[in-house]
Amino acid sequence: MTSATSDDPSSVSGPGATAPAAGGADVAVRRRRRSLGRALAPVAAMAPFSIYSFLGLGVPILAVIYYAFQSEQGKPTLSNLALVTHGSYLLGFENSIVLALITSIVPGILGLILAYAIATSRSTLLKRLVATASGVLANFGGINLTFMFIATLGSTGILTAWLSAIHLNPWNFGFNLYSFYGVVLVYLYFQVPLMVLVITPALGGLRPSWREAAENMGASSWRYWRYVGIPVLMPSVLGGMLLLFGSGFAAYATAETLTAGTVTLAPIQIGSLLAGNQLAGQENVGYAVGLGMFVVLALTMILYGLVRRRASKWLR
Amino acid sequence: MAALIPDVVEDALVIVEPPSRRRWPRLRVWRAVVLFIAGAYFLIPIYAGLRFSFENDAGHLSLYAVKAIPSEPGFSAAFWLSMRLAVVTLALTLVLMVPTSVYVHLKFPRLRRLLDFVTILPIVIPPIVLILGVLRAAPLWLRASPYLLSLVYVILSMPFVYRSLDAGLSAIDLKTLVEASRSLGGNWLNTLWRVVVPNLRSALLSATVLTLALVLGEFTMASLDLWTTLPVWIYQFQQVDAHVSTAVSMVSLVGTWLLITLIVSLDRSQSRRARRRTKNS
Repeated sequence: MTSATSDDPSSVSGPGATAPAAGGADVAVRRRRRSLGRALAPVAAMAPFSIYSFLGLGVPILAVIYYAFQSEQGKPTLSNLALVTHGSYLLGFENSIVLALITSIVPGILGLILAYAIATSRSTLLKRLVATASGVLANFGGINLTFMFIATLGSTGILTAWLSAIHLNPWNFGFNLYSFYGVVLVYLYFQVPLMVLVITPALGGLRPSWREAAENMGASSWRYWRYVGIPVLMPSVLGGMLLLFGSGFAAYATAETLTAGTVTLAPIQIGSLLAGNQLAGQENVGYAVGLGMFVVLALTMILYGLVRRRASKWLR
Repeated sequence: MAALIPDVVEDALVIVEPPSRRRWPRLRVWRAVVLFIAGAYFLIPIYAGLRFSFENDAGHLSLYAVKAIPSEPGFSAAFWLSMRLAVVTLALTLVLMVPTSVYVHLKFPRLRRLLDFVTILPIVIPPIVLILGVLRAAPLWLRASPYLLSLVYVILSMPFVYRSLDAGLSAIDLKTLVEASRSLGGNWLNTLWRVVVPNLRSALLSATVLTLALVLGEFTMASLDLWTTLPVWIYQFQQVDAHVSTAVSMVSLVGTWLLITLIVSLDRSQSRRARRRTKNS
């Protein structure tokens, strides 16, 4: 917005400077007024959106950053950040990052395989079905997903019952749905479709003519992938995985409802602090955790931007 | 790439291998396995959820959970709260985003990148961090109202709504339409309402569906703002009767799914018709 306002003087003085030579001062004034109105029109038109997103996005983020550096008495302090980089809060970050890594690499690979299987099939019905389903499932999560998995793999779930009928009840082998690895399993449900959505356009950019060219020159399937397919796809795959990392790192509802907040993850710690489970003198530590999450995600997105620039090279 | 080609050519000169004919069947088996596993992973939980909704405590098929939904304590309050939030969010989102995107497309294409950037932020910023800041920064009178959630949901829905609108606006010849309407004497409001909006029907439809799905399924913010919306009620009621909770969740899920499928197919048939029209002319 500030750039638009600072442009005003130049756009006003532009026609104003030439006007006296063309006509009288009267015309110059009128023209100046009109061009001032014209210059202000975009400001006025963009104002609702700009103000709204500033109040709804900018102010809350600034509040989180500000209070992360404030003590309860309202004095600037670094003690919140010191708390976050030690002990249970540090553990929360470590767990969240490990969870995000696992739920970006595994679904990244699985999603790639699935997307490839679909992209190379000749059935348009299958393609359409999977595109719709991925769109729906990628936005899945939270309470519905939790219930579906409890009904599937909870201690009395359907799949548990099927498996125990063949003496393979996973709960007897140390499986626990309401644990860290349970959360991983459930996250796959929206992460794999998200990867399919992200990577399908890149697979479309893998031109059949490249494969034919490689085959005509006698390259084996392995060689084709080693020298053509994988190098071309790599930036897109990495970009997709970074997106999955962000989505896995930020997710709250699914982990919270599945484990009733018993898994130590950074978002769940924020939720528990917001719900009032905080120690005296540490009321502002939640903002520091929030700031930490924000920093991790900002770094992820910067990397994503860099990787995407490389990926777009082959997708033109 | 250029450096790789000589390598491949050299190999081709040494071993002249006939292109294998056996690749296709092998690929098909491999694909069937992948699709089978994926199908099982994605469909079994849906089946389990549905099955659990249509079961009573004894494990027999029964419609009792579905029938009991409307009369459960707190359900209708939560349902109507969610509905009110959805309507308010939708109205605010459209009023805010439609004129802005139209204006930017028409007059300031350069600002599209800025809009792209701002509207991607809600995806990057975790909802939990956003609500943390909102609850701290919002004035007390706003925090006392459930519609604070609507105000934040507008932000959350921006990425989806802007992207649908952007795609819709790019697909029509906005400039010609607006110029035609203006030269025939329509004012801006008239032009927006009677020329632009009808042409954006499918984009608006998909923006609407995405917003509704988002609001009706949002748990994080509602639970931390301590309002019992539908998802929060479902979660709490699990303690009372998990069958009913699951039934509500599955009904809302299947409903959303049907709606999205409907929109997508409507959209497709419309674009097909449009394509046929351009081919004929």
